Amino acid sequence: MRILSDATQPTEQRTESADPFEGLRVAVTGGTSGLGLALVRALVRHGARVAFVARTAERVRAVAGENPGAHGIIGDVSSKEDIYPVAVQVAGELGGLDVLVNNASDLGPIPLAMLSDTECEDFERAFQTNVFGPFRLTKALMGALAASAREGRGAVVLNVSSDAAVNAYPTWGAYGASKAALAHLTRIWGAEHEADGVRFHAIDPGDMDTPMYAAAIPGADPATLKRPAAAAREVLAAIAALLPERDSPGATEAASLEAEGAAL
Amino acid sequence: MIAAEKAIQRPPDAKLLVVDAHKQIGHAPRSAFVEYLRADDLVVANDAATLPASLRGVHAATSAAVEVRLAGRPSLDPRDVCRFSAVVFGAGDYLTRTEDRPQPPPLAPGDRLILGPLHATVERLLGHARLVSLHFEGGADEVWAGLARHGRPIQYAHVTEPLALWDVWTRIAGPPVAFEPPSAGFALDWRALAMMRERGVEFETLTHAAGISSTGDDALDQLLPFDEPYRIPLATARAVTRARERGGRVVAVGTSVVRALEDAAAAGGGVRAGEGVATQHLGRTSRLRVVDIILSGTHEQGTSHYELLRAFLDDATLRRTSMELDARGYRTHEFGDSVLIERARPRAA
Repeated sequence: MRILSDATQPTEQRTESADPFEGLRVAVTGGTSGLGLALVRALVRHGARVAFVARTAERVRAVAGENPGAHGIIGDVSSKEDIYPVAVQVAGELGGLDVLVNNASDLGPIPLAMLSDTECEDFERAFQTNVFGPFRLTKALMGALAASAREGRGAVVLNVSSDAAVNAYPTWGAYGASKAALAHLTRIWGAEHEADGVRFHAIDPGDMDTPMYAAAIPGADPATLKRPAAAAREVLAAIAALLPERDSPGATEAASLEAEGAAL
Repeated sequence: MIAAEKAIQRPPDAKLLVVDAHKQIGHAPRSAFVEYLRADDLVVANDAATLPASLRGVHAATSAAVEVRLAGRPSLDPRDVCRFSAVVFGAGDYLTRTEDRPQPPPLAPGDRLILGPLHATVERLLGHARLVSLHFEGGADEVWAGLARHGRPIQYAHVTEPLALWDVWTRIAGPPVAFEPPSAGFALDWRALAMMRERGVEFETLTHAAGISSTGDDALDQLLPFDEPYRIPLATARAVTRARERGGRVVAVGTSVVRALEDAAAAGGGVRAGEGVATQHLGRTSRLRVVDIILSGTHEQGTSHYELLRAFLDDATLRRTSMELDARGYRTHEFGDSVLIERARPRAA
């Protein structure tokens, strides 16, 4: 796994302290398939409070049903009109937000095509989903994230990128160029909001056995591909490395309030 | 004053009237408000995002068209969204001034309202024919989805273009619990927060479910503001104590922040962290215990916001302020110009 931002290399050294995801408020876009679904499952298992977003109502209901406690939100992050309804539900249902995972992605033309053979509409759709969607949703939720940072809970925006963002793979033009834009947005956001305590990180999960990869490379042997659950573990490790050391976030403020109340 | 008609949160020509602790009145571009702050000051803003709290639908028994404006909620608990207090209007929309809106059909307990995907039942009237307690059917997530999809921001006739949520969410908007925007916060953007940091000014937030500002009905308006739940984070309470200890001033961005901080005032000039419900109406006889300065919109006499300013200033200075606002063409309402007022009266012990 290559780390595309200059943030600290994630480590798994936090196993002795409390689970960093217990009670954490996390939103995942594209949460009903591939890496997003694996993230929802892993986060629920870790005791996080999860809201996930996806376009298809039946899939959202099915994944919510399989993952009790997870909040399913129907919405299309590539649609400008959907962003605020999604943000209302994310921040409303979770009462705020600690971590946003911009995972929903669009491949561009299927089958993949050389740039000069790519229809403008396919190119635009890739940018709407992979760049404009994360831009709009992150902007709408920045207030909630910064509030979490001020309260000492930490705040992380994790953007799912790709090695196509750095390598010039023929036929991956729409996807690669949009993911490169997302990776650069991530770096600039990170520089601008460092003092607010909101950490930004882009991650390349590698080639995974997902519906999207199957659409890109129809003949790929699944045995040669990474399992989404394994990639999800790496993503969680990257997030954990960007969170402040703490006990269970829910318990911390309650305990402190009690202590201060007793002192008054 | 002139109504600000365009939904622009930070127009480049926004103005700021400043009243200092010696009751001297000055004028500045609002974008320069950070220059009036000092190192050691603490700025506290309301990070409530605004709910799409206007719901159009029908009164099931009569099929009459209604607009429901959600106005209050018992707590800020994300799951506690099945019961709201609400003001009900008859047919029409925001383009008609609220005072000219037709009445809804007579409402009684048990009446059902069909509001797009949301179904609600009138539980009881709250001391007025149009102020009701509504119970929404379904689980919390269904209510959130229904509000998000069907609701529109509450809007008044002075802004003619339909408002979208991005027009009314402040830059710092977090939990969507306000029924109308905490619009003093429109003055803030991320650049302003960075400038505060550079000056050594601390910035913290609280969350206050700011309610509706006007109903178009004199008797109802007398009840404003309704009870409003709020939450003060521990980090904010600690910052208030630190500001006190170092002699810094506490600057409230908006009347809702004054209301929450004063409701939570504790011995020694600090505030209690945690959740509370602000029930008090601040005014001429109120003695402020926490807040030194307010950044607010421009408010006209007779509104509850204007009443709150009387806790900061004597009536003669406030009258002078109003005359200056009129004489210099300040704009009013949520997208209007601003005032920065430092308390002239001594802080209560």
